[in-house]
Amino acid sequence: MTEETALQRVKFYQTGTHTVGNRLIDKGARSVQSSMDRSNAITSGHRACQGCGEALGARYALDAAMRAAEGQLVAVNATGCLEVFTTPYPETSWQIPWLHSLFGNAPAVATGVAAAMRRKGRSEVKVVAQGGDGGTTDIGFGCLSGMFERNDDVLYLCYDNEGYMNTGVQRSSATPPTARTATTPALGDAPGNVFGTGKNLPLIAMAHNIPYVATASVAYLHDLEDKVTKAMHIPGARYIHIMVPCPLGWGTASDATIHIARMAVESGLFPLFEAEHGEVTRSNKIRRRVPVKDYLAPQRRFAHLFKKGQEDTTRIARLQRMADANIERFNLLGERESP
Amino acid sequence: MLKQIEGSIAVAEAIALCRPEVVCAYPITPQTHIVEGVGALVKSGALENCEFINVESEFAALSVAIGASAAGARTYTATASQGILFMAEAVYNAAGLGLPIVMTIGNRAIGAPINIWNDHTDAMSVKDAGWIQLFAETNQEAVDLHIQAFRLAEELSSPVMVCMDGFILTHAYERIDVPTQEEIDAFLPPYDPVQVLDPVEPYSIGAMVGPEAFTEVRYLAHEKQLQALRLIPEIGAVFKDVFDRESGGLIHPYRTEGAETIAVALGSVNGTIKEVVDAMRDEGAAVGSISICSFRPFPLDELEATLAGAKHVVVIEKSLAPGLGGILASNVRMALREMAVPVYTVIAGLGGRPITMASLRGILEAAAKGRLPDVQFLDLDHGAVEREILRARGIRRSGPTAENILKSLGAAAVAGDE
Amino acid sequence: MFQVRIHGRGGQGVVTAAELLSVAAFTEDKYAQAFPSFGSERMGAPVVSYCRMDDKEIRLREPISAPDALIIQDPTLLHSVDVFKGLNPQGYILINSRRTFEELGIAEYVARFPAHHVCCVGATELALRHVGRPLPNAALLGGFAAISGQIHFDSVEQAILEKFSGDVGAANAAAAREAFDIAKAMGAKGMTAC
Ligand SMILES: Cc1ncc(C[n+]2csc(CCOP(=O)(O)OP(=O)(O)O)c2C)c(N)n1
Ligand code: SF4
Ligand SMILES: [Mg+2]
Repeated sequence: MTEETALQRVKFYQTGTHTVGNRLIDKGARSVQSSMDRSNAITSGHRACQGCGEALGARYALDAAMRAAEGQLVAVNATGCLEVFTTPYPETSWQIPWLHSLFGNAPAVATGVAAAMRRKGRSEVKVVAQGGDGGTTDIGFGCLSGMFERNDDVLYLCYDNEGYMNTGVQRSSATPPTARTATTPALGDAPGNVFGTGKNLPLIAMAHNIPYVATASVAYLHDLEDKVTKAMHIPGARYIHIMVPCPLGWGTASDATIHIARMAVESGLFPLFEAEHGEVTRSNKIRRRVPVKDYLAPQRRFAHLFKKGQEDTTRIARLQRMADANIERFNLLGERESP
Repeated sequence: MLKQIEGSIAVAEAIALCRPEVVCAYPITPQTHIVEGVGALVKSGALENCEFINVESEFAALSVAIGASAAGARTYTATASQGILFMAEAVYNAAGLGLPIVMTIGNRAIGAPINIWNDHTDAMSVKDAGWIQLFAETNQEAVDLHIQAFRLAEELSSPVMVCMDGFILTHAYERIDVPTQEEIDAFLPPYDPVQVLDPVEPYSIGAMVGPEAFTEVRYLAHEKQLQALRLIPEIGAVFKDVFDRESGGLIHPYRTEGAETIAVALGSVNGTIKEVVDAMRDEGAAVGSISICSFRPFPLDELEATLAGAKHVVVIEKSLAPGLGGILASNVRMALREMAVPVYTVIAGLGGRPITMASLRGILEAAAKGRLPDVQFLDLDHGAVEREILRARGIRRSGPTAENILKSLGAAAVAGDE
Repeated sequence: MFQVRIHGRGGQGVVTAAELLSVAAFTEDKYAQAFPSFGSERMGAPVVSYCRMDDKEIRLREPISAPDALIIQDPTLLHSVDVFKGLNPQGYILINSRRTFEELGIAEYVARFPAHHVCCVGATELALRHVGRPLPNAALLGGFAAISGQIHFDSVEQAILEKFSGDVGAANAAAAREAFDIAKAMGAKGMTAC
């Protein structure tokens, strides 16, 4: 490694907070983020918006992946906010080898990198591919399904902010019903994104019978790191779907990202679970259940549901039913024997 | 009605007034405001009887459009840059099937290196796919060309691409005359397809064609473009009758009478070129310009006639054929194949590099003196290029070019500051 | 032709400011062309927008490199971006700040311009007070109308009311009105900042 690309040691001032992991707890149980030796795969100076969940989620995930791979990691990136804000003219935030090719081909490019590493006798080098929800659930879906089906040795990370943020907040197939985006305006008698659309990529990934699928959230650092670490030690195609709120696209305060992400989980709208070879093996139990309404209300993309004096109780109730269905399906309250 | 309005939104309003029945949307800068605008009009109920479909990729966008058009619906979509490459297979297919889809291109460069700014590489990448390609010089013309495009597409049964410069037009707020529904209805008859999927009269569309007929089918594609050469000016004339303004046509000559040096270009840069022409004419220089509106079909005869008296032809183009030079320039040379006039290629405005009056003037003055090289890159930073060539020669593992150039520019800028 | 360049940061409504200015010019039957600096910048990054105004059709499509007026929405840019580049020596400068040119460290520079051509107005505070959000763009246009004389305040007001409906429109218009009055008063007194 040349001087220029050597990892920077993190300057670190934080102690005893919940954000990066409490240093007062047992060493082995501390988060990767709380370690002075975290690789800081995305270093400071990138151009994400304040409070960007994706910037945080990507750093959490890649630092954990770097530790698991003992620094032997290559990342492939689909086009999207992460790609744009980490490589601002004329700089880069990446401290790991990183390749951006196109919007719709990251899984296939990663397959190619992994194949070359194998042929070159460099199988210690692990490959992650990453993209936003648009790059993953929409335009890159064909390549992703191919990567899954061939069980290629790649960990795919999807940063889900429920829309095409880089191009100015348009609908993707991960945009929730009623959310306002630039292509689902809050107009007419069914304002925002419509019900009965969208796809659940973690479940689709499971249907490929790949060895590991998980969902994670920036609000649950330890859980996220654990899942990435576990995935990194499994050969074959792996998929982690990470919920990363976007203050700009969601219309939330930039200091509310973690709070909002946590409510997405605690309301049941975004269930956290793991699956192996197509079967759910574990789900994270909700500790303090919150009504979906509490999650929706602070987000401007749902503002039309909460117009003064005419709350859209019908649609809010329908969203609540979606959360209830998740709670039932993934046993999020632990009412049944696991999982 | 006269409005001070963003180019994209004006186009969206015009599209809506053309009563499309299926619109497919996929975001890509700088085209996105247009489909967002159409989407809002559908959602608010202003545009009735229209399916607005948020698809999962450009490939799907144009594929949905193909299906809709084949089933007899007036169909519209828009894209740019990487998007048109992602749909490339369908682009050829739509033309081969003769489906009258109208598509806007908000022209943008193609990566790598990824670049969201304006040039014409995207349109050029599919110039020979069989679509009609019209280039708008102003936002008014962009609006007008879309209206004409539906009529042209449906009369010929051929897809039409309307190219408008990304950002420079799509994101500019200007005074634009947005037509009324009555005007559009007077100009654009309802769509009456020449082929349609209908159980009442079953057709097979898209059959395999072998060597015995493929050449003939392709000939007819060429013939259709030649028909368009006739139809485009005709439609422009009808448009003028209804809307009382000139828009469209094959080419727009500007002060070419007696001009010895003539600049030729596509799209919005023609506005700046006209300013330069005026300034130089005021000083007595014999210069003029031609804005090409119809790039496909390419107006060979009209160009030949208009350039007949020129001594120097300067093609200013926002695209590059690496290893050859100019794309537009090669086409212009084809028009001048019987004349011994030098045709200079000036590659300009790539990836959003501003094309300034000062630089254009320098080019035209040099051309008038016969002092232009065959191919010139406007405002090229020779220093940066040479540094990189030297550097790459020196080290085998020299790394990615784009990143190195940026690094060297950064270093030069810092050094320059001191 | 009169050319205005607006500097600010992503999220401050820089592009909207140019748009509003062009609409104001349009209401006076002028031709106007507003356009952004075309970046992929996110919130907080330096951004630029432009507006040309003329009595005849505007064909020019190059960015504005020699502006007749500058509107600087964020004074922190003064020392990170060369905002004054190419400014017409007889041009106008309007800065969103409650500080004086001395305090901003540019007194010597602005002294070259006619005194009533340069002005600071605390537009963010005006916006916070009237609109409740720190968006200085609309208010600054009131100040621009006052110092440049290129556009009537009524046109600015009309543009604002067209763009923002209801209370938000009225509040922005009130902020612009106050900025206009402040800038006018300062011009009359030969003062340059408030
Ligand atoms: C083929 C192609 N189509 C469209 C685009 C434009 N584009 C770039 S990023 C992007 C949206 C990215 O959304 P997502 O994947 O969800 O990532 P986010 O920005 O939200 O993190 C789009 C539409 C492109 N680069 N290439
Ligand atoms: S738009 Fe959203 S995802 Fe993109 S940088 Fe800003 S906060 Fe992050
Ligand atoms: Mg996204």
